[in-house]
Amino acid sequence: MESHSVPSRAEAFPVGLRVLVVDDDPTWLKILEKMLRKCSYEVTTCGLARVALEILRERKNKFDIVISDVNMPDMDGFKLLEHIGLEMDLPVIMMSIDGETSRVMKGVQHGACDYLLKPVRMKELRNIWQHVYRKKMHEVKEIEGHEFTCDDLQLIREAGFEGFEERGFLTREDRKRKEEHSDQDGSDQSAAKKARVVWSVDLHQKFVNAVNQIGFDKVGPKKILDLMNVPGLTRENVASHLQKYRLYLSRLQKQNEDSALGNNRRADFNPKEPPAKPDLKTLPEVQQGTTPNSSSGFGFVAPKTETQPIKTISHLEEDTKVKKKATSMPPLGMLLSFTGTIPNAEIKPSEPLNTMKHQTWTSGLPVMQFMQYPKHDHERCDLLGDYSCLPKPDLYTSAPSVISINMQNGTGDLLDVKPALMDCIKAISPLTCTVDGSTLGLDVLPGIKGCFLEQTGSNAEPGHITGSDLVPLPEDLHLYSSFQEIGCFENVGLMNSIDLFQTEVESSSNWCDGSELLDYPLIDECLFA
Amino acid sequence: MDVSMLQRTYTDLLTSLFREGILNQQFIELQQLQDENNPGFVNEVVSLFFEDAGRLITELISNFNQQAVDYKKVDAYVHQLKGSSASIGAEKIRSVCQTFREYYDKNDIQGCYNCIQPLKQEFMTFKSKLEALFALEQQIVAAGGSIPMMRH
Repeated sequence: MESHSVPSRAEAFPVGLRVLVVDDDPTWLKILEKMLRKCSYEVTTCGLARVALEILRERKNKFDIVISDVNMPDMDGFKLLEHIGLEMDLPVIMMSIDGETSRVMKGVQHGACDYLLKPVRMKELRNIWQHVYRKKMHEVKEIEGHEFTCDDLQLIREAGFEGFEERGFLTREDRKRKEEHSDQDGSDQSAAKKARVVWSVDLHQKFVNAVNQIGFDKVGPKKILDLMNVPGLTRENVASHLQKYRLYLSRLQKQNEDSALGNNRRADFNPKEPPAKPDLKTLPEVQQGTTPNSSSGFGFVAPKTETQPIKTISHLEEDTKVKKKATSMPPLGMLLSFTGTIPNAEIKPSEPLNTMKHQTWTSGLPVMQFMQYPKHDHERCDLLGDYSCLPKPDLYTSAPSVISINMQNGTGDLLDVKPALMDCIKAISPLTCTVDGSTLGLDVLPGIKGCFLEQTGSNAEPGHITGSDLVPLPEDLHLYSSFQEIGCFENVGLMNSIDLFQTEVESSSNWCDGSELLDYPLIDECLFA
Repeated sequence: MDVSMLQRTYTDLLTSLFREGILNQQFIELQQLQDENNPGFVNEVVSLFFEDAGRLITELISNFNQQAVDYKKVDAYVHQLKGSSASIGAEKIRSVCQTFREYYDKNDIQGCYNCIQPLKQEFMTFKSKLEALFALEQQIVAAGGSIPMMRH
């Protein structure tokens, strides 16, 4: 699964373009890899969306562009797209065999820079570099004329520019500009050479506060910018962030609406299952008054919402039940109380907190079973039910002996990640950082690292995380990328990691009335008789 | 067997596969991707497909044979199969998957059911024909000949 030789510096862009391909179909992965190599690109393939995210988080700035399939069992491609847009801000191309306009539109809405129809042809792949180019151009414009100061503005991605510089991509002027800026402001060593704004927890908090203050309907980038009062931040930064934020919220809203309406387009096939009631004991206190067990000192106060019974979120989810495990939550509770900074706690009071389904993370930190599962179950549950297809977790038993994350590919250097991840899991149970510094594994769980490493290394105090504590790279703690997964808990960085640890989900199938079929002979299952 | 006879047999077989709609243009694209660095590329990809599609079909048939069928699940498998078959140009298989989808969208159980057996059938046909094709290739190469390329 590893990319091969790096082209020499003398070779011009786009040679050596670093592409990450994500597709659950092994034949497609192989074909795409071959095609991209023929374009002289540097290719990394990945069969699982979650692993792809890990890779991207861990190897920041090592990729220029991501190509991903839309239909994947472990995570909806659009969701992956959003994650990448929010956390890494890389250009993402979607692919699908389904070319329906509505789907393509959805892709664009979610921020895809292109949408390719399978079967994809060489010539289409040859051209993908334009998206990378375009984005870089955009960023150069963004940093023009800025004065960099330290403060809240966390600038990263030096490598983004460096990579291009190596290839003679930046003009002399750009480079000069970069150097000029590096002279300013010695105290913050991270200031210079940075190309892009990173939306840290703190920064995003300011953003959301501003939005709420103005009133969601009346926001505009300028107003937000003024309210935020962050030196160095531009209107463009805010505008683009606002756009993403809107997208994210609208998607949430739609999902909640679907759930509320019991949206089901295949009504005949899928008689609705009565929603399963959760074991309330295991739920964090998200909804006021509904959960008697306010365990583990959650500092978080849920917005007032109506209590919703467990409802299926969308028709896709109807047939999954979350089986609640009576596991304790303190570890997560710790971190979650950090979310006193939950940014949009106020935003949408009308959104039912579909927390019932979101308690998957309460089952603790199951080991990476998800790594092992075959592509057997394709119920894609957009919201939380991402875990629905994953097998029952087995806490802390053997580490997966087969570290075959990507079905078809060699283990590459992902092998490094897995044991490290294992270590990290053990280290964070209970979820306090007894970790000993930035191990590789911790990089993989950025939320935890970001939150706690810089503190005492022992039990971190919740709610006392300030911006300065979040060095390095708190951009991992992207708050709303897993908003949907944890109801209104915004401790996303962690949640993203916790996503990896699935819950027990029973997928109970939709039972259609099978009586019609009794007359039909069973289909001969033997394929190779 | 004489090399040129082998080659002719090969070409005939390949042509007929296209004519019968078992293969489509995508297969040619794959052949063009193959090069000296990776002479077994097409073979490898198709083998991957055999494995993957075989598994999918087994799963979806077993799902179909249950007392209460989870059509959504079956549809998901079929969708996957559709994507896979498109990757190597298995036109007929792809087409049956498409038909299934259409029935599914209309909630037509009977229609869906009627697709399952053909799906399996097409897969088996496809598999045996392509295995024959690859066997011919091997024979040609063993006899010192080169594999005729299809031009489109």
